[in-house]
Amino acid sequence: MLLIDCPYCKEMRPEVEFSHAGEAHIDRPADPSSLSDEEWESFLFLRSNRAGICFERWYHIHGCGRYFNAVRNNVSEKFILTYPAGQKRPSDAQIKGALS
Amino acid sequence: MSHFSLPSLVANALGSNKGWTKQWAKPEPKANYDVIIVGAGGHGLAAAYYLAKEHNITNVAVLEKGWLGGGNTARNTTIIRSSYLRDESARLYDHALGLWEGLAQEINYNLMFSQRGAMALAHTVHDVQALKRRIYANRLNGIDGEWLSPQQAKAFCPPLNISTDARYPVLGAGLQRRGGVARHDGIAWGFARAASARGVHIIENCAVTGINRAPDGSVTGVETTRGTIGAKKIALSTAGNSSMLLDMAGIRTPIECFSLQALVSEPIEPIFPCVALSNSVHAYISQSDKGELVIGAGTEQYFSYSQRGPLHSVEHTVAAICEMFPIFTRLRMMRNWGGTVDVTPDRSPILGLTPVPGLYINAGWGTGGFKATPGAGHLLAFTIANNVPHDISAPFSLKRFQTGNLIDEAAAASVAH
Amino acid sequence: MSEFRTAKGGRICRKTPLNFSFDGQSYAGLQGDSLASALLANGVHFVARSYKYHRPRGIMSAGTEEASALVGIDRGKGRFDTSTRATTQELFDGLKAQSQHCWPSLKFDVGALTALGSPVMSTGFYYKTFMWPKAFWEWVYEPILRNLAGLGRAPKEMDPDNYSSIHAHCDVLIIGAGPAGLAAALAASQSGSKVILVDENNEIGGDLLNCPIAQIDGTNSWDWLAETEKQLASLPNVTILTRTTAFGYYDQNFIGVVQKLSDHLGSLENKPDNKTLRERLWKVRAKRVVLATGSIERPLVFAGNDRPGIMLATAAKTFLNRYGVKVGNRPLVITNHDSAYESAFDLAEAGVEVAAIIDRRAKISSKLVEQAGKMGIEILLGHTIVQTSGKHRVCSVRAAPVGENASIRKIKCDAVLMCGGWTPSVHLFSQSRGTLTWRDDIGAYVPNNYTQDATSVGACNGDFLMSQSLNKGAVAGLEAAVSAGAKAPKSTSYKVVNEALTSDIPVEEIGIFSTIGEGKAFVDFQHDVTAKDIGQAVREGFHSIEHIKRFTTTGMATDQGKTSNLNGLAIASAALERPITEVGLTTFRPPYTPTSFGVLAGYSRGDLFDVTRKSPTEKWAEQNGAVFEPVGLWRRARYFPKTGENMHEAVARECKATRTSIGISDASTLGKIEVVGPDAAEFLNRIYTNPWSKLGVGRCRYGLMLGEDGYIFDDGVVGRLSEDRFHVTTTTSGAPRVFARMEDYRQTEWPELKVWLTSITEQWAVIALNGPNVRKLIEPFVEGIDFSKDTFPHMAIREGMIFGVPTRLFRVSFTGELGFEVNVPSAYGLGVWQRLMEAGKKFDIVPYGTESLHMLRAEKGYIIVGQETDGTQTPDDMGMNWAIGKKKQDFIGKRSLVRSDMLAPNRKQLVGLMTNDANIVLDEGAQIMGEKSNVIPAKMIGHITSSYWSETLQHSIALAIIDGGRARMGEEIYISMPGGFYPARIVDPVFYDPEGERLNV
Repeated sequence: MLLIDCPYCKEMRPEVEFSHAGEAHIDRPADPSSLSDEEWESFLFLRSNRAGICFERWYHIHGCGRYFNAVRNNVSEKFILTYPAGQKRPSDAQIKGALS
Repeated sequence: MSHFSLPSLVANALGSNKGWTKQWAKPEPKANYDVIIVGAGGHGLAAAYYLAKEHNITNVAVLEKGWLGGGNTARNTTIIRSSYLRDESARLYDHALGLWEGLAQEINYNLMFSQRGAMALAHTVHDVQALKRRIYANRLNGIDGEWLSPQQAKAFCPPLNISTDARYPVLGAGLQRRGGVARHDGIAWGFARAASARGVHIIENCAVTGINRAPDGSVTGVETTRGTIGAKKIALSTAGNSSMLLDMAGIRTPIECFSLQALVSEPIEPIFPCVALSNSVHAYISQSDKGELVIGAGTEQYFSYSQRGPLHSVEHTVAAICEMFPIFTRLRMMRNWGGTVDVTPDRSPILGLTPVPGLYINAGWGTGGFKATPGAGHLLAFTIANNVPHDISAPFSLKRFQTGNLIDEAAAASVAH
Repeated sequence: MSEFRTAKGGRICRKTPLNFSFDGQSYAGLQGDSLASALLANGVHFVARSYKYHRPRGIMSAGTEEASALVGIDRGKGRFDTSTRATTQELFDGLKAQSQHCWPSLKFDVGALTALGSPVMSTGFYYKTFMWPKAFWEWVYEPILRNLAGLGRAPKEMDPDNYSSIHAHCDVLIIGAGPAGLAAALAASQSGSKVILVDENNEIGGDLLNCPIAQIDGTNSWDWLAETEKQLASLPNVTILTRTTAFGYYDQNFIGVVQKLSDHLGSLENKPDNKTLRERLWKVRAKRVVLATGSIERPLVFAGNDRPGIMLATAAKTFLNRYGVKVGNRPLVITNHDSAYESAFDLAEAGVEVAAIIDRRAKISSKLVEQAGKMGIEILLGHTIVQTSGKHRVCSVRAAPVGENASIRKIKCDAVLMCGGWTPSVHLFSQSRGTLTWRDDIGAYVPNNYTQDATSVGACNGDFLMSQSLNKGAVAGLEAAVSAGAKAPKSTSYKVVNEALTSDIPVEEIGIFSTIGEGKAFVDFQHDVTAKDIGQAVREGFHSIEHIKRFTTTGMATDQGKTSNLNGLAIASAALERPITEVGLTTFRPPYTPTSFGVLAGYSRGDLFDVTRKSPTEKWAEQNGAVFEPVGLWRRARYFPKTGENMHEAVARECKATRTSIGISDASTLGKIEVVGPDAAEFLNRIYTNPWSKLGVGRCRYGLMLGEDGYIFDDGVVGRLSEDRFHVTTTTSGAPRVFARMEDYRQTEWPELKVWLTSITEQWAVIALNGPNVRKLIEPFVEGIDFSKDTFPHMAIREGMIFGVPTRLFRVSFTGELGFEVNVPSAYGLGVWQRLMEAGKKFDIVPYGTESLHMLRAEKGYIIVGQETDGTQTPDDMGMNWAIGKKKQDFIGKRSLVRSDMLAPNRKQLVGLMTNDANIVLDEGAQIMGEKSNVIPAKMIGHITSSYWSETLQHSIALAIIDGGRARMGEEIYISMPGGFYPARIVDPVFYDPEGERLNV
């Protein structure tokens, strides 16, 4: 069971308190009607899905009820960073820093 | 290729079993092939076999980064059925089931395909409606299906608890008698042997690191850990790695990868005569030829390529099995493992052309790709040979995510097995 | 006392004799025996049959690595444990053990005839035959194969025992209480760190239990152990768990641990209500883990190495020193490692005549030669065993110089003790995803890179000497405590005298096998995999170690290759002519030892399998004979049958009462969310397809919610309590996902909106009252609400009091009748319900459940999300374009509605169906065809989503979705069901009161 550091509760809590909420940093377009089918498909369905470092969202459903983002290595299952929703995607340097 | 038979076993026994030869050849890669299939799982090997057999294309290499059949072919719970709701899915999976039904004889390899029946349990009124709908649709699609009362379900599967005061009582079951299980490794080895006999090169320990393209965008070959290999056509059949390989050709996909766990009990005498699946209680189970109960459930909730999962999911799965089959509590889990599955938004696969000329894709089979093995290979071979999708696989295009014509099996079954 | 029990020594209690039986024969043992030691004390070696060839097998170890001696333990009704290792089952008085996998008996096993066919049954033979004739596979071959396989007995009865689970957190978890683990525990616990020490044996000590002659810091090892145990037990920060196995090492130092609580106890039947707590699952999260899991001795691979009486050398030492049991009167030793000499010397010391020590090595230390000489034991250096004899027990071996089949010498013996070196137990380390490195000197893999906060010490790290275990264990324990936050405690060092022997083992010695003629040299004792099988697999092209494992099934038995994996690897390496490090390794997976389903399920059995949510009136419904159904996690009343009524009769009565007077129903399970804030209306505009800005205060509207993919996601009525406050309702099972979705958009997409959400599902009990007399019923009990038709119209909400309790009163209807939904605080739900029932008597009020609810709404053509829809329907498909706010720029899912396939003609649309024969009630889920045709595959144009007998209309009715259905009104279509094609007409889905007059009374 993963241990997840909720950036709002500022506590490590077990995975069963959370639900995974998909890839992070996919902003809903401001005006979907202006998008082409391709662009809308990209927002709706196309995902990074790389092995290694991934950016993902978690919902602290049985806790504070907040959505937040995480950087995790999906091969080792190790969390690297968690941070509030709306915060910018961490840079490679920040990730490297957190890893060391 | 030496023919396998009882006489051949006896003859070899007389020679102290020293006369057996390699089941598949181990050639060095050539500089060029007509077709390269990336991924020597059951699907990829089947595609190579059918390319050779039905389309007379034998200048084919199947490239495998590890050992053949070592991905989800080696890790699944071997359930085979074609009782899918949507017409498109039903045709697809029944095409595969039809191929399973003569395959051992055709490729001269006993796949231990056991049509012991796949029974889906209904625990709620909603389950009853959904399962009956599926049975009605299946029968009109030429797929066998029948509704069982709780008593009939118990007669078919004696360990089942049909007590009405269960937390999730059994209200009935949908049964496909042609469904069943097979030996997972056997299908990979059998297809490898049959394809190799027809001249296909199977090259293990050869990871693809790049896809080479001509100025017009069409594929020219692959970069691998064993050097550059040319090809006019390339098909990707790499569950658990599909996104990364398509990425090499600049194609983004609607696939996300998750861990799926499974487990087996210690082997016991025959007690479980069928496959049983439950959406509401959330687990599935069968018994292998060896006597192990083979058990699984849904994927983990988070993205993963780790081929493992947490204990709490195993606890839930085993609890679900004990809820339906309470006499199993004293049995013991012998081994628990995980695999990486491709999951698409509609829980249906992607099989067909890509925007890159000469590049074909077979991916996104989620948690239920094993049952499709011969079918997926057969349709992929057709697509590669003709550069057009087969009628049966045409609806499973990459394009459907743009136009909206999803083939949503998820809505019909939360555990897509 | 039996001839095989020593006169003194051991850790058994000689004053407490125990009786037990094996295959019906009674025997005597002692308190402290394992079943295996007790059997051996009685001279019984032959206890089992192997999996494939049904060969006689004995006891090959003294611990959890046992691959052969699997038996059934019968403890009465429902308590039969199959495939239990005799070596780990503690003896209790009255224990009944049985052999398994043999028929009619262990000695005369028909299955042993398979041995005659064994050359034909070469490895993987089943892939190559049983294919002709085709039908024979299903009816003949497969049933035979399945019956031959299947090692253990299948359960037949319910298990009366209980299982529990617990979460535990600690600073340092130490796995294994041998010298390394104990030293680590002593060091780690000094400065108050929370330490959990687990060991799979019934007592702590590990290898110390086998070495009574060793001295630690001048103290006899068993005295040191007793002292250490006392010291640790006295510390409040130390938890010692024996009979406890760490079986799985998961991410972030999460360890699965099973504690066995009653398998060692006799007479469980006397417990109250015959229930016993059998096992407990500890889910441990540790800051640091110290792995002190020891090592496992390797068998040697020689022809006939599987006969009863042939066992690991250390097992004989354990049986002697720990249990006071001599494994034979004339044991012989075969080894390539010094440690086996200890077994020989200890046995000789106990007065046993050691037949010989056969050592594969040409040269050994002079100390060993001297000692053997003193004890009169013959050593055959540079020799090996090439054959063994003895039908049910080994009686002699044939020894020959290594590499020769000449000058063979026959040596009589009644036991063979083998040692092929030691394999560190890296199972848990590997599960933690640490990587291993090969050590040539010990011929084994040891831990290398750690990925989790763990350390390996002692034999599991390749340090086999007791002094190394103690000293490195002490350091590891100290470091673990410090890294878990403790202040640096003082370090300790230990001095050991008379410790175990150890020696290097040349890598070419591992897995080497010797055989003459057709003798089988076993690698995997349970699955009967021989050295030749591995050679054959390699010849057949199975070159990856995973392929070899899968083709031969080596290492796939219940012991998961504890004794066989390294030998198999080495034999494969030789066959492949590749160094062992290039052959690869199979993956170590949980569990370390087989783990019961019961303990994994834990408390989640029966009623506790899942949470059950109950509405405030659930008890009343129970008392009034309701039949329930599970809906999501809820338990809902389905119908309220009167004596003798079936469901259809009850539903007809309930519906009739509702249409003619009053029906009452509990709708508390509906999801409820309060949406509050200055931007509440704008928020709902974006969430729902409908417009909300202009909805008046005190009014309600039906709301439709889509996914971003454009498909219907949920629906429900929303009431506006004030400018900035909405009371939203959702479907019962959709409530959690709707709330999560709203929060998601609120927090992450539109954080600028000033709006707050509160789930109020559990706050409000909802009593739905429907029927022409409803107003008359409730008006007298309501305060503060004007009930006149015009001031409190349909689709309105008012706040006031009912029976003196605050209420949010909705005038809404899901039945087409005059309807009110009385929301009261949950605690008052039952009281208000009971008063309404009382007051309703004069109107013949009737309670109804979900079945009538579905029937009544179907007469009105109201959809149920999840029944008319299955996640692939658009609003237009449901004929609900009226619910879309045309002027809205955007809402969730809007963009998807204009993709080409969503606009395609001939999409499936909601319609009503009237059967030609009024009495035919169609099956829900049945498929619809445009014509009567028996061609398969048939052309299906849609399916029945809902179907009922309408008591009101005296006609069956159905809702369906049909290709282009709305343009086909009046058409005759056919429903294919058992019995043929049933004709029906496509009609408007509103069957009853299409003008809605009954709503506006």
